[in-house]
Amino acid sequence: MAARASVADRDPLRAATRSGVAVGVATAAYGVSFGALSVAAGLDIWQTCVLSLVMFTGGSQYAIVGVIASGGLAAGPAGIAGAALLGARNVLYGIRVKPMIGGGFWRKTAAAMLTIDETTAVSTAQPTLAAQRRGFWVTGLVVYLGWNLTTLVGALLGDALGDVRQYGLDAAAGAAFLGLLWPRLRELQPVAVAIGAAVVATALVPVLPAGLPVLLAAAVAVVVGMFDLFAVRAAALDAEEEPT
Amino acid sequence: MTLWQIVLLASIACLALKFAGYLVPSSVLEKPAAARTANLVTVALLAALIAVQTVSTGTALVVDARVPAVALAAVLFALRVPFVVVVIAAAAAAAVLRLLGWAA
Repeated sequence: MAARASVADRDPLRAATRSGVAVGVATAAYGVSFGALSVAAGLDIWQTCVLSLVMFTGGSQYAIVGVIASGGLAAGPAGIAGAALLGARNVLYGIRVKPMIGGGFWRKTAAAMLTIDETTAVSTAQPTLAAQRRGFWVTGLVVYLGWNLTTLVGALLGDALGDVRQYGLDAAAGAAFLGLLWPRLRELQPVAVAIGAAVVATALVPVLPAGLPVLLAAAVAVVVGMFDLFAVRAAALDAEEEPT
Repeated sequence: MTLWQIVLLASIACLALKFAGYLVPSSVLEKPAAARTANLVTVALLAALIAVQTVSTGTALVVDARVPAVALAAVLFALRVPFVVVVIAAAAAAAVLRLLGWAA
């Protein structure tokens, strides 16, 4: 009977819901550190909340707040460029998840707003289309609600805490970026780019205004990507094994 | 530029990028160099941000409690400790080192 879903059909849905909630709650939890850091950087509570409500992509949010913390208003343009470049990966995510969303204009609009690391990771990991869809929406809604709520809590706390360095929150930002980077370091090429970019950015810190060293470090990726340096050459092997 | 202009411009730019993914044809990703470079740009930016956030204050290079804290985070990520726990542990490590006066 088609109307009664078998256990095998329902289990992937439950699994998708479970991982969506787990990832959502874990991600939302560090909204507190974003809120507190943002207020410490000089943004007010409203500006901090607008970043989480509208920008809603953690890496870019941390990036612009960090640039403003070290360079002030003068670093604004560099901060915007950095946030946008870092947010450019969401274009790739959109292309990947678009086919599983379906529906009309409004559903696609809502989905686009929720297209981030976490929703893409959970949805693309599910085995069936229904489970992918479920994973996307559960993760997206839990992260959106949780991230905005904890951002507000963090901003209010940060206002009351005073110097956030005392609580090590300045170190939390580096650790959070490292957490975003870690799963991407599975091959030689990204590891080489990461090391190169870190060296370039550090070397440029004393000679350029805040924000620019990070932008210029992206050039390392463009050079390595265009010329495909440090790539493990598997293409030749694949060609030999291809059946004729 | 006012802080509000910076916040709104950056937010709108990031939101527009999310919509762009739903508007561009999927064939963009078929060019391997484009997809590869886009992924590597994310890696480069994250690595640069880690470096800058860990060893600089404004335009000065500074080694303080952040360095051992982020090193601890790397060890914990390698041991597959969950994200939130690592972030809290890194903050706590920096806070304790400062409290004890072992690092600035």
